[in-house]
Amino acid sequence: MKLRDLPAADLCRKPIRTAVLTVIAVVLSAAAFGGQLIVISLQRGLDSLEQRLGADIIVLPEGAENKVDLKNILLQGTPGYFYMDKSITDRLAEIDGIEKLSAQYFLVSANAECCTVQVQIIGFDEDSDFTVKPWLKEAYDGRLNTNEIIVGAGLSTRVGHTLKLYGVECKAVGKLEKTGTGLDTAIYASDETVRGLIKASAKQGIAVLSKQSPEDVVSSVYIKAKDGADIDMLAAKINTEIDGTQAVRTRSVMTETADRLNVISKSITTLTVAVPVLAAVIMFAAFYLISNERKREFAVLRTIGFSRSGLSRLVLTEALITAGAGGIAGVILTAAAVLPFVGVIEQKTALPVLAPKVSETAAYGAAVVVIVLLTGSLSAALSAYKLSHIDTGKILREGC
Amino acid sequence: MLISAKSIGICYRKKDRRIKALDGVEISLCGGELTVITGRSGSGKTTLINVLAGLLAPNEGQVYYDDTSIYNAGDKQLSSFRNKNIGYIPQGQSALANLTVMQNILLPAALAKENKQEFAEYLLGAVGLEKLKNAYPEELSGGELRRLAAARALINSPSVIFADEPTNDLDDDNASMMLKLLKAQSKRGAAVIIVTHDSTALDFADRIFHMSDGRIITKENEHENTLCRPLVS
Repeated sequence: MKLRDLPAADLCRKPIRTAVLTVIAVVLSAAAFGGQLIVISLQRGLDSLEQRLGADIIVLPEGAENKVDLKNILLQGTPGYFYMDKSITDRLAEIDGIEKLSAQYFLVSANAECCTVQVQIIGFDEDSDFTVKPWLKEAYDGRLNTNEIIVGAGLSTRVGHTLKLYGVECKAVGKLEKTGTGLDTAIYASDETVRGLIKASAKQGIAVLSKQSPEDVVSSVYIKAKDGADIDMLAAKINTEIDGTQAVRTRSVMTETADRLNVISKSITTLTVAVPVLAAVIMFAAFYLISNERKREFAVLRTIGFSRSGLSRLVLTEALITAGAGGIAGVILTAAAVLPFVGVIEQKTALPVLAPKVSETAAYGAAVVVIVLLTGSLSAALSAYKLSHIDTGKILREGC
Repeated sequence: MLISAKSIGICYRKKDRRIKALDGVEISLCGGELTVITGRSGSGKTTLINVLAGLLAPNEGQVYYDDTSIYNAGDKQLSSFRNKNIGYIPQGQSALANLTVMQNILLPAALAKENKQEFAEYLLGAVGLEKLKNAYPEELSGGELRRLAAARALINSPSVIFADEPTNDLDDDNASMMLKLLKAQSKRGAAVIIVTHDSTALDFADRIFHMSDGRIITKENEHENTLCRPLVS
């Protein structure tokens, strides 16, 4: 018999009591961890999208948003096809307040038979690009040669492997960081490669919705404003001075998404706080009720020679064991339940979702376990005080 | 070592009534003696041994072990003293339900960080529970639980033993065995104090006190403190 075995013996011999307390801790932990995990994933998804765009303004052909919602392209990877004359880039470059601009060309197949996987192929100009290359996770040396591509993180193609597009073997030479958005399933290539793919599609008899060549047209132009420039003013100027285009502030694309995210985040955060508070109250009540039925046991321990602090330690150790076990179980179960379904959450909420890295998730989990341990200790603190300050003589005399 | 209580007074409130459980009690107890305290229910017997055992601080008076007032010590110090020097057999069921019979007996030794497995086996035999050492208290009868409490109280070979109605729930044979066991403790030098209604206990007593209304009203074989044998340590 060792003294350190006493809390475990107490817990094991009261399985129902222990199970109830552990389940409360599991609920507390799962609500706190699960809620935070979802909120953080949504927030990271939005942040990632904002950073990923890297531009203050996107210029699209006028009416493009009627054809395909820009958000769908950005958030869900829905292929979009819309074009404007390439000379627009030269006219944009003349406008004051623009620091950088880079055009992109969207190649969209009319059917799903074109390629190994259904993807959006984006032609971009490497020289002016400031939105794609900063996100290269696995960088290539030098420049993109013909039939070399950069793949989004959501595609299984590894660097060095090839992907068949319109019958053309294209070699992946770079891979982007995960963004949690539709851009994860895009393929980036040089204009020369895109031109080759359009020709290849014609040879193969596969119709493409992109009728014009990237030599003549572009789909979108990403603009980075100069420091201190009034971005709203700049967008308005573009809309006024350049016909046939529509300048959209990236923030306005993000605003609706951010608003929806805020509503969802607030609801989840409210639940994340309310459920643990309720669980803590139930835990407190449970410990308090248990303390009433354990008075005589503790009076006997006093006769044996347990000090008041020793009795408090015993109660708190039992609380820590149940809270710790419940907290860890809650975190593991929640991680197992939430992380594999990030994609489903993304689809259901139509919001970008980017789960934290394993190390960050582990850190959040550890923090939640610490919070559950603290909650368990605080819930048991009054019981510990009460039991360690029982009137031993009275309890032994009255037998209650 | 001499245990002495000076002018002990204990008051408590029950509903609106103020009850004086002990009223100016003076008592001295010595090692090597078995003392029996008798009296009607509510006369203050259990309250007195709780005060003497360091479990209930009196409202008035002091309890001395030799010249040291135990209630002047801190809780940790007093608890440690109780663990090493005092064996207490409480009234009623006192076994810890979550521990086996053997674990119950060994718990005071574990608290004192001592390994007394062999002595525990001996005590189990002495109280006739050797076959039940792995049983849990819920499997024991009332009499077996009393004997378990006695074995637990003796595991640290205390120099003072308080027993509150130790023969309750026991048949004649086991009651006699219990009293002989306690008498043997006094013979090894421990001070044994029994609170009981059982008149057979008087046959084992070196000294007898009778209590009524929180006071000691008669003392048999009272002696001067100076004649006290030192308590075993």
